[in-house]
Amino acid sequence: MIANHGSNGYRESLTTPGRVGLWLFLAVATMLFAAFISAYIVRMGSSDWHSLPKPGLLWVNTAILLLSSAALQWARLNERQGNSQSARLGVIAAAVLSALFLLGQIWAWLVLHRLGYFLNTNPSSSFFYLLTAVHGLHLAGGLIVAAWTVRTRERLQLFVTYWHFLTIVWVVLFALIVLT
Amino acid sequence: MHDHHESFWTKYIFSQDHKVIAIQYTITALLVGLFGLVLSWLLRVQLGFPGKFSFLNPGSYYQMLTQHGMIMIVYLLTAILLGGFGNYLIPLMIGARDMAFPFLNMLSYWVYLLSVLVLMAAFLVPGGPTGAGWTLYPPLSALPNAAPGSGWGIKLMLISLVIFIAAATMGGLNYVTTVLQCRTKGMTLMRMPLSVWGIFIASVMALFAFPALFVGGVMLLFDNLLGTSFFIPAVTLFGQQLPREGGNPLLFQHLFWYFGHPEVYIVILPAMGIASELIATHSRKPIFGYKAMVVALAAIAIIGFLVWAHHMFVSGMNPYFGFFFAVSTLIIAIPSAVKVYNWLLTLWRGNIRFNTPMLFGIGWISTFIIGGLTGLPLGNVIADVPLHDTYFVVGHFHLVMGVAALMAIFGGIYHWFPKITGRMFNERLGKLHFLVTFVGAYMIFFPMFLLGILGVPRRYFDFEALQYLPPQTHGLNIVITVAALIVGAAQLLFLGNLIWSAVRGPRAAANPWHATTLEWQTPTTPPPHGNWGAETPTVYRWAYDYSVPGAERDFIPQNVPLTPTVPMGVSAR
Repeated sequence: MIANHGSNGYRESLTTPGRVGLWLFLAVATMLFAAFISAYIVRMGSSDWHSLPKPGLLWVNTAILLLSSAALQWARLNERQGNSQSARLGVIAAAVLSALFLLGQIWAWLVLHRLGYFLNTNPSSSFFYLLTAVHGLHLAGGLIVAAWTVRTRERLQLFVTYWHFLTIVWVVLFALIVLT
Repeated sequence: MHDHHESFWTKYIFSQDHKVIAIQYTITALLVGLFGLVLSWLLRVQLGFPGKFSFLNPGSYYQMLTQHGMIMIVYLLTAILLGGFGNYLIPLMIGARDMAFPFLNMLSYWVYLLSVLVLMAAFLVPGGPTGAGWTLYPPLSALPNAAPGSGWGIKLMLISLVIFIAAATMGGLNYVTTVLQCRTKGMTLMRMPLSVWGIFIASVMALFAFPALFVGGVMLLFDNLLGTSFFIPAVTLFGQQLPREGGNPLLFQHLFWYFGHPEVYIVILPAMGIASELIATHSRKPIFGYKAMVVALAAIAIIGFLVWAHHMFVSGMNPYFGFFFAVSTLIIAIPSAVKVYNWLLTLWRGNIRFNTPMLFGIGWISTFIIGGLTGLPLGNVIADVPLHDTYFVVGHFHLVMGVAALMAIFGGIYHWFPKITGRMFNERLGKLHFLVTFVGAYMIFFPMFLLGILGVPRRYFDFEALQYLPPQTHGLNIVITVAALIVGAAQLLFLGNLIWSAVRGPRAAANPWHATTLEWQTPTTPPPHGNWGAETPTVYRWAYDYSVPGAERDFIPQNVPLTPTVPMGVSAR
């Protein structure tokens, strides 16, 4: 492998390729969720749209995801101060909370399923399953990639940024689902 | 630096070298494109000689039509311009050793190959590939038994697109990050060659446009596979009311064209950049209006995101809505015209060398002008409505994004061939290839404008039932078909030339065109993994110091320091 960085002759830069790449990816993911959300809003206007019952569990899940973001933020601060022990604790807590969130989302699917709301019952239920699945896949994918690659301080910081982004996306999606 | 031993597999197959990945992308895309070309032959034989051959029936005609369109636009043009040219040129032209994320780059190619395999698998499954049109409009594409290939075919098509988008995103992240982060010392943004600018801006567009297709494709797959009703309205099929209602087919059209129109510029902007390189280098003149060229690229990209609904003028939209999209569409003509004027003024009183790359560069200007100008009536709602579903549209988009882009691609391949392989191609074969392709392309697509004005509808299997068409239309269709067969066959000259020359061609000098940009200044040709020797080059001047007054030679490479004997060209100050 050829190292592009740290070798001679490169321009001085305020940031790193990893950071630029991550923010570009966040822009792509923003476009993705924006397209889903605009499709949701357009489809909502049809007369066959019926509002979906919202399992109370979703509030719990949202709280868990917020906590996982907080745990990662705590880990990032500790890492910066050199407390790698505490940082490690924060990452583990976040991983457990994230797994809980994903299980909670699947549980919410089961609740809706028992209430008779299947994927093809109504566009509102179709969108619910689709959006939660796409968001969950981004979380799961992030966890898997992180487990393989987060070995350095920079990568931890990038991972925390990615996680905050997904938390914000979920809050927006959750608001959309709850309000409609 | 690397000094470890590389095996055959890591050097040529699972390579992380941007140059090897570029060649992999290019060969794959050319093979897929050859397949798409054969499909177009089948279509043309049917249209030129209806009833004489039995290659196709109405159903399989739609299938081949759909696959031809999708293959050429996505799997050939997009892949070869970003994955091929982007990969080869970006690191070399900005003085980097490789892409910012070499592993991701390798992954991008293999995921692209997977998408091609899934695409091709559709030809082998029961029912064959989808025949729903390359735009995949629902409900046609979403319902069972509505179009040919609505079983396996459409599902494989959508899965392949989703995979392709993943590959294009990995590539795009790399290209943009590399341009922003890995430029060598002295390589400011405004010293970059226009090829890099074109690929860079197109990559940004791809990153922002493909998610819309991804969303549309996934939702369509859900409708098709899982019984949802995102896009399917209340439909009665063969007298049976389907258990779906309320879906919005226009929603898919918006998602599709929000990707689909920027896609045109994702193809055209890199082609514009490559054409700028060909024209400046081979007319031995600095590109005219470099800054205006960069601004025009950016302007086309920005406005290009605001014009998508001009593909939907006949969908019954609000007239004010149509007015907005007509105006934004016509505004794009301004930066496009700026570019055309600048190419012509670059040629003006240049020391033009009519070699193969330059001929294709001039061919690019010609086909881009004719193809672009015929877009103006289509951008006007009032003229678009009668022309919309006719051969006028087919002629327009084939010339402007098919032939013009291919002119730049062919020219680019010939231009960089000596650097890529270290050998020269056969100039006479190259010129013959140009002549047949250029003249033939006009014989194919120019008559289509006449057919369109006469009202010949596109997407028809035959025209027998259309009594209003004058008999000359059939004569024109024969001309088009014969020309298409000849032009298609002439591409063997190109492939044969490349293959023979790569093995047997005479050794090429390191900088045979006397070009200024960095890729021609590598210490060895072809450049090894890592590109540069011990040190990456330092850049002292812009990319187009050709024929600088007072300079000893008619070109000064970007890595030559400024001294009184080698001053910088006037246009760059």
